[in-house]
Amino acid sequence: MTRVTLCVTIVFDTGKYCIAKRMEAIQNKLVGPVSEELALVRAAKEGDDSAFEELVRRYDRNVFRIAQHITQNREDAEDVVQEAFLKAYGNLKQFQEQSKFYTWLVRIAVNEALMKLRRRKPERTVSLDEDIKTEDDSLPREIADWSPNPEQQYTQSELREILSKTIQGLPPGFRTVFVLRDVEGLSTEETAAALELSVPAVKSRLLRARLQLRERLGRYFQRRENGNGKNGEAKSADVKTGDGPSGDGNQ
Amino acid sequence: MKCSEFLTELTSYLDGVLDEKTKVELENHLSWCHNCYVVCDTTKKTIEIYRDSQLYELPDDLRGRLRSAIMTKCQQQKKRGPQTA
Repeated sequence: MTRVTLCVTIVFDTGKYCIAKRMEAIQNKLVGPVSEELALVRAAKEGDDSAFEELVRRYDRNVFRIAQHITQNREDAEDVVQEAFLKAYGNLKQFQEQSKFYTWLVRIAVNEALMKLRRRKPERTVSLDEDIKTEDDSLPREIADWSPNPEQQYTQSELREILSKTIQGLPPGFRTVFVLRDVEGLSTEETAAALELSVPAVKSRLLRARLQLRERLGRYFQRRENGNGKNGEAKSADVKTGDGPSGDGNQ
Repeated sequence: MKCSEFLTELTSYLDGVLDEKTKVELENHLSWCHNCYVVCDTTKKTIEIYRDSQLYELPDDLRGRLRSAIMTKCQQQKKRGPQTA
């Protein structure tokens, strides 16, 4: 009788151990980085500055990229990084932990970056709602195919200049959605939360941003029927003027 | 599927979140509509090029300076007491 009970207990405990281990593995897989972030946030809320510094270390590159994409100005982007983290630090206790800290931080950074844009361009109203025209304004007009590996036609610095000038031509509302979704890898829901937009609005802007960028890049990357696929002399001139071969890189 | 319907579904398709039935319809459309195929392929390349571009990377020296400035200001703010948003 005792032996039977012992066996049952061992089997039961082994089963419990396995389930506990499996749960631990699943939880680590699903919420590991999030709970790590939350632990840092909670420590920072309690006054641990080294925890906050770790959060800065974790996200400073992302905030800088987002800020420079929006402001298109390096000094402004540096200011945005400082102001966004400082604001996050000052208001940390108000962070309700209902979203990721990163999403909350991005929201602060985007607002700071838009404020910089407004200050720099006081004659224009800069908001995420501007330049949103009809549903048809982004329908593809240029269908021409691109060369294979078109980015390899240019040096790294030329390519960076092309990409920078091209994205600069998008309205801030499109540019920001594209950067958060496609460059920074936020989900549609996270992007909507960070920008205080609806999910359908994010989807609609993302489609139009992608199509507009595609069309603008096509001017550099289109397959050339004559020649070797390179744009030759014209490409350097086009990159330098920054307006693309068709000349409409402006906002 | 018509070309306009393809365009409506393009973002979900590229994000891999399209339901199976619509995905099959869209891929069937792409198999015969060259223009939509080109739009789809070059839009995908656009995203990949930007994602891989390393545009606006933060240089290490500037990164160090920024972090140090942030932490100094945070500590100053802490000494001054809580601020309002």
